[in-house]
Amino acid sequence: MGEKILLKGNEVMCEAAVQAGCRFFAGYPITPQNEVPEYMSKRMPQVGGIFVQAESELAAINMVFGASLSGARCMTSSSSPGISLKQEGISYIAAAELPCLIANIQRGGPGLGNIRASQADYFQAVKGGGHGDYRVIVLAPASVQEIYTLTMNAFDWADYYRNPVMILGDGISGQMAEPVEILPYEPIVDLPAKDYILDGCAGRKPRVVKTLVLRPTDGLVTHNEHLQGKYKRIEAELSLCEEYETADAEIVIAAYGITARIAKGAARLARKKGIAVGLIRPITLWPFPSDAFAAVAKTAGQILTVEMSHGQFVEDVKLAVNGGCPVRFLGKGGGWYPTEDTILEKIESMAAASATIAKGEL
Amino acid sequence: MNKVHFDKHRCKGCGMCVLFCPQKILRMSAGLNDQGFPYPELTDPDRCTACGMCFRMCPDCAIQVDKDGVKIKDKKETTDVTK
Amino acid sequence: MPTLKRTNVLTEVRTHYCPGCGHGIAHRLVAEVIEELGIREKTIAVAPVGCAVLMYDYFNCDMTECPHGRPPAMATGIKRTQPDKIVFTYQGDGDLAAIGTAETIHAANRGENITVIFINNAIYGMTGGQMAPTTLTGMRSTTSQDGRGEHGEGPPLKVCELLSTLDGVCYLERTAVSTPKDVNATKRAIKKAFQNQIDGRGFSLVEVLSMCPTDWKLSTAQSVDFVNNEMKEAFPLGVYKDKG
Repeated sequence: MGEKILLKGNEVMCEAAVQAGCRFFAGYPITPQNEVPEYMSKRMPQVGGIFVQAESELAAINMVFGASLSGARCMTSSSSPGISLKQEGISYIAAAELPCLIANIQRGGPGLGNIRASQADYFQAVKGGGHGDYRVIVLAPASVQEIYTLTMNAFDWADYYRNPVMILGDGISGQMAEPVEILPYEPIVDLPAKDYILDGCAGRKPRVVKTLVLRPTDGLVTHNEHLQGKYKRIEAELSLCEEYETADAEIVIAAYGITARIAKGAARLARKKGIAVGLIRPITLWPFPSDAFAAVAKTAGQILTVEMSHGQFVEDVKLAVNGGCPVRFLGKGGGWYPTEDTILEKIESMAAASATIAKGEL
Repeated sequence: MNKVHFDKHRCKGCGMCVLFCPQKILRMSAGLNDQGFPYPELTDPDRCTACGMCFRMCPDCAIQVDKDGVKIKDKKETTDVTK
Repeated sequence: MPTLKRTNVLTEVRTHYCPGCGHGIAHRLVAEVIEELGIREKTIAVAPVGCAVLMYDYFNCDMTECPHGRPPAMATGIKRTQPDKIVFTYQGDGDLAAIGTAETIHAANRGENITVIFINNAIYGMTGGQMAPTTLTGMRSTTSQDGRGEHGEGPPLKVCELLSTLDGVCYLERTAVSTPKDVNATKRAIKKAFQNQIDGRGFSLVEVLSMCPTDWKLSTAQSVDFVNNEMKEAFPLGVYKDKG
């Protein structure tokens, strides 16, 4: 057993990064992620690491770009508007196939929005966000303890696949303090040698890290095919999700992150009221655990997607379910969050409607 | 033997060497290299002082200057402008 | 024994630069300095977006290329994580003084121990001759067809003067590559800028006034005259800061 301490989600993410060997952090202040640069500014020097408060999110992500091609485990963090600014760099880093961790502690949007929690950056996170055909591995922790483990895993996956990884958190889980067990870092994969880094060409031929591909004429086509091949491999190897009482569930709630945690409470309340409700919670949002959703759709009568946006995650749920069962939706953006009662109310109305249909009264 | 050597295939025919030759002993060729550019030719190799002006100003690293064994003919012409 | 020849720090690849372009001269000077200082195997170069984006094909050292304007930020990440290496950026006027102004100013003010080679040819070359932040007042470009300065473009941005107000900066010099004397001065300045980094003195930037015959629509001789007569007047040469 590791030591248990009480920390905010944002701070736990930082400590997990430090434990996993992250030694470079560059960031820019934005609420609700300010604990991250604050913690890192103090913690990095203690472990011989580097903290840079950048002049902008653009600069921060490019500092991380430089640290990554130097071979350092590195990260940056921000919240929604700041993540929009980082998209340029993320596209380049994905194109150059470099590892790094990017944390998005989502807030309400669009625009400057507000500083309440949100899940409205789902499309931006899982569909690319920046320009070009690229993917970022996106992780959605649902508890502070899971923020700890997934952050450590994120660095391993980033190195293993040579790809940026994003923690898609939100203002609630970032600000929420919970007891967390500080476990020692152990790599979960065989980490490949970083034979691509730029560290001066002593004793070897010079290397180039670049994203411009002009030659041969079809060089960029080949590069894109290579990237897509890697993404296929990641999809096959790294689709993670949690299922809770789905086996006999008539209604399965689909939710991720903090919303899934609230939904689990709603599922328990529904069971007490005699409605068989389960939960399916993607841990990786990209790659999306489509097979698990397709399987659930075969046994569940209906799926209820709950998210803190006006319907982004639900599109991937529908794609995965592929008509296997009806997919309902409960969600709003702008800082709205569901309570257990709100979800329960929706479940009860869904259950009542299906009972009516079953009786042939409609 | 010439003190200045031109890699005519690297040349893009800009004429910078001709422009800055203090002895005015360079001219662009009538023929073209494999890139389709004219290239410099020495009109009077004996007057070359290996001063290196052409090397200094060549944007394409197409010029090599052998400075060893350069005979001093005329003091006015031997000021080493590269130093 | 040949005494003046191309350095092995440059590869054999023929550059894509236009005839008479100053980039080739600046490349050679940087490469010669790297050779003379014996730092090729410690050097990591950051190429910009713009005409010099392909410089990774021309230098025989570790190279990367960066989003437009971000080289000083990327160099910060490289140098901070590898302080024993020599990190330089090579940037044009659009990259350094327009889209990357913030990165330039803040890397300079943080006193990042890097070397910046800034090629100022007063035009966007790669994209075909649009107005640059350093385009001279009255100078025509494809986006200032009646001459800069009459339609809210503002006067040319003077990078050395601007950065000289920052306490974090170690060394700033503006030179040119339009005469042999200027070329020699540029090499001396570049060498000093690298030596400063080796000595841990902090941010050094050399601004090099350079020819762009193609986008200026001038001959080689006219381009040289333009730098010597027009550009040097708008951008006076000299040392703008030297912490010594």
